[in-house]
Amino acid sequence: METKPPLVAEEERKLALIPGAEPSTYMDPWWWLVILAVALALVLIFTQPDYQSIFHFILPGIKITASVTFASYFLMLIVGMIGALGRLSKNFIFHGLSSLYVEIVRGIPLLVQLIIWYYVVPSVIQKIGNDTGIGFLMNYRANPLIMAVVGLTFCYGAYMSEIFRAGIQSIPKGQMEAARSLGMSYFQAMRHIILPQAIRVVLPPVGNEFVSLLKDSSLVSVVAVADMTRRGQEYMATHFNPIPVWLFVALMYLILTLFSSRLVSWLEKRTRFER
Amino acid sequence: MLPIIQIENVEKHFGRTRALRGVSLNVSESEVVVIVGPSGSGKSTLLRCINRLEEYDAGKIIVDGITLDSAQNINTVRREVGMVFQSFNLFSHLTVLQNLTLAQHVVRNRPRQEAEEVANKLLKKVGIPDKAEAFPMQLSGGQQQRVAIARALAMNPKIMLFDEPTSALDPEMIKEVLDVMTNLAHEGMTMVVVSHEMGFARAAARRIIFMDEGQILEEASPQNFFSNPQHERTKLFLSKILHL
Ligand SMILES: Nc1ncnc2c1ncn2[C@@H]1O[C@H](COP(=O)(O)OP(=O)(O)OP(=O)(O)O)[C@@H](O)[C@H]1O
Ligand SMILES: [Mg+2]
Repeated sequence: METKPPLVAEEERKLALIPGAEPSTYMDPWWWLVILAVALALVLIFTQPDYQSIFHFILPGIKITASVTFASYFLMLIVGMIGALGRLSKNFIFHGLSSLYVEIVRGIPLLVQLIIWYYVVPSVIQKIGNDTGIGFLMNYRANPLIMAVVGLTFCYGAYMSEIFRAGIQSIPKGQMEAARSLGMSYFQAMRHIILPQAIRVVLPPVGNEFVSLLKDSSLVSVVAVADMTRRGQEYMATHFNPIPVWLFVALMYLILTLFSSRLVSWLEKRTRFER
Repeated sequence: MLPIIQIENVEKHFGRTRALRGVSLNVSESEVVVIVGPSGSGKSTLLRCINRLEEYDAGKIIVDGITLDSAQNINTVRREVGMVFQSFNLFSHLTVLQNLTLAQHVVRNRPRQEAEEVANKLLKKVGIPDKAEAFPMQLSGGQQQRVAIARALAMNPKIMLFDEPTSALDPEMIKEVLDVMTNLAHEGMTMVVVSHEMGFARAAARRIIFMDEGQILEEASPQNFFSNPQHERTKLFLSKILHL
């Protein structure tokens, strides 16, 4: 007969009462895939000279990909939050503007948006400068990195705001009413009651957006950002060896995405326990 | 003495539905008023107008001398008026104790220790002193509703509104909630209660109000209300609920 130590049994009983929380101490098996992919990359780098030179060439691109992704992700969380509050607002103008933003952005491919931010927006600014004679605008030059981050943020912010909006709306109306009836202001109720509950709901889709963004950030290679993909193209252009280059670039993306999606599901589990 | 709640000719529309058609009602301090009436007659709407969870279109509501108009007044009034909902509406991400202390903290600026003392005292009062660290989902319906009552009381309201507080409960839990409410009534709390619990109405109410189609059709003491209803509608309604 198997008997559990009373303390463990007690803990498990408590957890069983919280829906969705189950005691799990085993390692998520998908981590093995991350480890495997990293091991493969390391073996290639240390045993194959051409992979080693590809790695050294691409390394700055990996840093750029990571920075572009993190910067845009952080900014789009803010943009998404503002957009969601706008979509939920009763204020006609705030509501209208954020709805317009979301609808327009969702109807244009990301690649086209990035091209617009990099090529169209600066020339419009220069044109305005020429027409008005303001020198500062006339000489405006787009910084590819900044425009790429702005473009990604602008586009993903719209999707993010829809996720946040759905998350906030999934919290029963009675929660807000109870908070208001206790005398809390709208913003106090949002901050202490609605958002903490909504965050648990939106964590999985918001985390998945990070993984999508990481992959979509490869599009910035088209607008003069020397990210991982662009470095791969440059290397291929001088060495004419597509197979190892793209195999390696793909492997790098895979490692990053596998790692981040593991991180997301780990976070998800933690917030379910943290009550 | 002035009534603590004055409702004058209040009108409320939802699109084309006329939820309230010129309702007037005064409630004096320490009075317990029970509102009954068929579904859709506007009971909840009236209650929710008193703390402005619902805006009314015409008329006037004065609570404790404060007219419900500006946003400032509304928040002041909401501090004086506690509300208990049919579906409890406990904050599900917070423990019972946090449910009771959060608004004290945020709205009343009470220091943590004081807020917790108030909370523990109230949990004792509603009969669940040992559940402070539990989460709402770990409690029975009756316990959740008692926590909800304690949460409202923690703000030291002068008035308590109850919207069908027992109708989501299993029969065996109704009594524990009604007992808490009856005690509160005996302590002199001003209460407006929408409920079809006639036992409670008999034991605690000074007046029973019968609403139908957005109007107050009849009001009487519990005794008269049950033994000598005036309107045909009231009689019909009573025959339905008393047969249940
Ligand atoms: N948010 C709303 N939007 C539209 N119509 C509403 C809304 N709330 C209430 N109503 C309508 O107003 C009328 C009165 O509703 P109310 O909820 O006050 O009735 P009630 O007496 O509380 O009924 P019940 O016993 O079913 O709770 C009904 O016709 C209802 O359909
Ligand atoms: Mg109702």
